[in-house]
Amino acid sequence: MIPYYLCFILFLVGLYGVITRRNLVKIAISLSIMEFSTFLIFALIGFREGGVAPIVDPADPVKLYVDPLPQALVLTAIVIGLATTAMLMAVIIRIYRKYGTFDIREIKNLRG
Amino acid sequence: MNPMIPLFVVIPLAGAFLIMILGRFIRNFNKYLASLILLFLVVVSFWSLFTTGSNVSVYKAGGWEAINSVPIGVYMVMDGFTAIVLCIINLIGFLSVFYSISYIARYTSENYFYALFCLMVAGMNGVVLSGDIFNIFVFLEISAISSYALVAFGVEKNELEATFKYQVLGGIASFLILMGIAFIYWEAKTLNIADIRNVFSSGYDRSYYLLIQILLLSGFGLKAAIIPFHAWLPDAHSSAPSPISAMLSGVLIKAVGIYVIIRLFFNMFAISEGMAILITTLGALSMVVGVFLAIGQWDIKRLLAYHSISQMGYVILSVGIGMMLISRGIRSEIAALAIAGGIFHLINHAAFKGLLFLNAGAIEYSTGTRNLQEMGGLAKSMPATSATSLVASLSISGIPPFNGFFSKLIIIVAAIMARFYFLAFLAVIVSIITLASFMKFQRYAFYNKAEGDNKQKIKEVPFPMLFSMIVLGIICLLLSLLVFPGIREMILTPATDILMDPSRYSSQITGI
Repeated sequence: MIPYYLCFILFLVGLYGVITRRNLVKIAISLSIMEFSTFLIFALIGFREGGVAPIVDPADPVKLYVDPLPQALVLTAIVIGLATTAMLMAVIIRIYRKYGTFDIREIKNLRG
Repeated sequence: MNPMIPLFVVIPLAGAFLIMILGRFIRNFNKYLASLILLFLVVVSFWSLFTTGSNVSVYKAGGWEAINSVPIGVYMVMDGFTAIVLCIINLIGFLSVFYSISYIARYTSENYFYALFCLMVAGMNGVVLSGDIFNIFVFLEISAISSYALVAFGVEKNELEATFKYQVLGGIASFLILMGIAFIYWEAKTLNIADIRNVFSSGYDRSYYLLIQILLLSGFGLKAAIIPFHAWLPDAHSSAPSPISAMLSGVLIKAVGIYVIIRLFFNMFAISEGMAILITTLGALSMVVGVFLAIGQWDIKRLLAYHSISQMGYVILSVGIGMMLISRGIRSEIAALAIAGGIFHLINHAAFKGLLFLNAGAIEYSTGTRNLQEMGGLAKSMPATSATSLVASLSISGIPPFNGFFSKLIIIVAAIMARFYFLAFLAVIVSIITLASFMKFQRYAFYNKAEGDNKQKIKEVPFPMLFSMIVLGIICLLLSLLVFPGIREMILTPATDILMDPSRYSSQITGI
């Protein structure tokens, strides 16, 4: 059970970073930490103690396979996560060009 | 197998690719292809609205049949509620794209705009049609990433700040949703919504079930901008180009937020009273706080964005009242009335809020400002914009004979019949404050005397923008017809029935 709790702590570490960091790039890194902790939990769900990769060989029937579906889902989610991170970094570079700073306290045109 | 269902996703996706490839070589290809695609989807979605009725039709991607009545493929499901939301998405999408033909001409790189627009529509259609919960996540991310890019389309200071906020909060929402999906898969070993219901109906751990519900409610609540999660909405919706604001406010928060919440909490989870009370409270809170935040705004689009939060509160409130009555197992006809009111208000809000954002775009296009204090006397120089925005303002404030009146009336009557007098009272008060806020909008933008003489050169907007606004104005009037018995049974009742009887949804899909 311990790996699951560690993943959840990693999620909270990421959330803490998103809330407290002032630097835009550090916020993006914290978001990535949250993202990968979620993927770790998802991948762990498919794990079986002593299981093998699910390639069925009729000559040598193995009883215990790991669950392949979470692995496929996590691969999809990683690709999506890559797109979101790339988009976020592109926006951060643009913000740096317009404002000349990464500090989130200086970027406050919109309020109310 | 209904072969029409995948068209809703495939055609706009193919359109996005074609625009990026051929748009470079052929002039004006992008705008005409995007308009034609959306027009075709409008026709198909209305055709499915009238043919679906109370059926549930399923498309199994790749033809994977169920084994021992356990669904294993990717399912796309079309029922009464789906068909209504599809009609909203594609109709508002078509009118916004037609409006963009002249509005977006002042930006560079139009190809990207139309390609991203088609991607966003494909993502939303996918979310609405998807019958399994992981594909909801995938399509939701497609629409979310394209909407992040579209919000930043102006690449000025405000747009970038708004899109950064939107992306961070949207990212957190996605991870919460993904975690909820992971926990569901852990317990149920399936991802199909109908099958999850079958698995959970044979018993579950209560606190674990509650954890999943809270994760998914906060994830999709962030996407729908319910009040404690609303911080990104006013910035993102006011910074985007106006046709995109109309899409975000009119459609996106409904398709990926409210629709999914309703679908999951009625058709996937067993309705519990605690959850019903929580959802009703969130709805009432959004309704009241949203309208109070809107009063003080002088930027037109910010004002409209805060009203979106408040009007979505009405939808969530009435759906919550319906859930509460169902969970107590009493007076199901009043629950049906409340849910029908919520769905009706969802349709109406798409029409009038889409129209209001298009009006705001037209005002910005002609005058170059969004600040109410710098406008005045536009009723003379922009008669059509003024007339259509009057229609929309009266609709949103709930003045008969416009559509907003009837849906708010149904919600308030349902609340009174269910003996939630306080909630009914709140709904009336919020409606009155909305009226006051829109009287301010009308007065400052269109009727005040203009000071200075630079007002002569303000002209009415070009034809494509006028066409979209006038069509939406007519739709605002026509939607009031939904309240009459013959038409209501044809359109609203199938949607309400599928939500009221959750076992029918799962049994029609899995065939048990």
